Amino acid sequence: MEYAETTATATKGEQHQPIRVYLIVWGLLFVLSAMSYFLDYFDVHPDWLRHFLITAFALIKAALIVGFFMHMRFERLGLILAILLPPLLLMALVAILLPEGNYVAGVRELFFGR
Amino acid sequence: MERQPKRTLKSPSQLVSDWASDLSAFKVVWGKAMMWIFLLSDTFIFGSFITSYASARLAASATNSWPPPKEVFALRVGETEVPLLLIAIMTVVLISSSGTMAIAVYHAYAKRKVQTAIFMVLTALLGLTFVSMQAFEWTHLIVDLGFRPWANPMGAPQFGSSFFMLTGFHGLHVTIGVIYLTAVAVRVLKGVYDRGSYVGVEICGLYWHFVDLVWVFIFAFFYLF
Repeated sequence: MEYAETTATATKGEQHQPIRVYLIVWGLLFVLSAMSYFLDYFDVHPDWLRHFLITAFALIKAALIVGFFMHMRFERLGLILAILLPPLLLMALVAILLPEGNYVAGVRELFFGR
Repeated sequence: MERQPKRTLKSPSQLVSDWASDLSAFKVVWGKAMMWIFLLSDTFIFGSFITSYASARLAASATNSWPPPKEVFALRVGETEVPLLLIAIMTVVLISSSGTMAIAVYHAYAKRKVQTAIFMVLTALLGLTFVSMQAFEWTHLIVDLGFRPWANPMGAPQFGSSFFMLTGFHGLHVTIGVIYLTAVAVRVLKGVYDRGSYVGVEICGLYWHFVDLVWVFIFAFFYLF
């Protein structure tokens, strides 16, 4: 019953956003990519600032793509949470593997180091 | 409940309809929910790849031996070496393809058959361009610079395994995406979606935008860091 209803709304072909929105997001993606490229090209210092900005730009681009191009903005909360919460687990993986990388670096310094 | 003859209970179509008769949780067309869940699992695969790459690169910092991407991926234009030129062009191509895909989905909502198909084919062509450029990049790295998954002349051997794993898996996704896009575009032109809804185009779009999404992170963390 409910399934039939949702299929019906999908077939109605609702127009979520005007084409202008797509073009603006598209332009923003270009601008952000160019900005991160030039951060690297001109070797912006200090390192942490460059890394921070590159990461920030990547996250903004990701949000734009998921929100506007993949229409996540228009989905129900249930779907949004089901898709966007689990990747937080990846943060746990990062929290485990980055210290591990540091540790391996320490061991290498100890044995091959100068 | 009606009693069904034994034979239909064992038929494949009965099996399919049994498995399909669940309750909907997300209130979207099932194909869309399944695509999202597939993309979620793909996020974990790429997340693991990128994290293991980060760990390997961090470990190589002890001997400061990670080959600088700026030099590895430089392209000679005339006399000057432009760092990451090919990668920048590839990024532009992939973002453009994401834009054309978004416009294809926009037309699909309004059930404009021809426009939808045109923009999907355009997207597939841009994807094909991307894969070709990646093939060129791989050839250059393997043949001219001597990079291998287990060793390379410029430093840390983990560079090769990380690079070929990440970009290879992403390139595979782009290749599959091109095939997928072509197949859906053909279905659009044949009028398959006119009978039902154009949501198939939107689902295809989800996959394609995801491919672009992964490239955003590979571009940022592998090439620019």
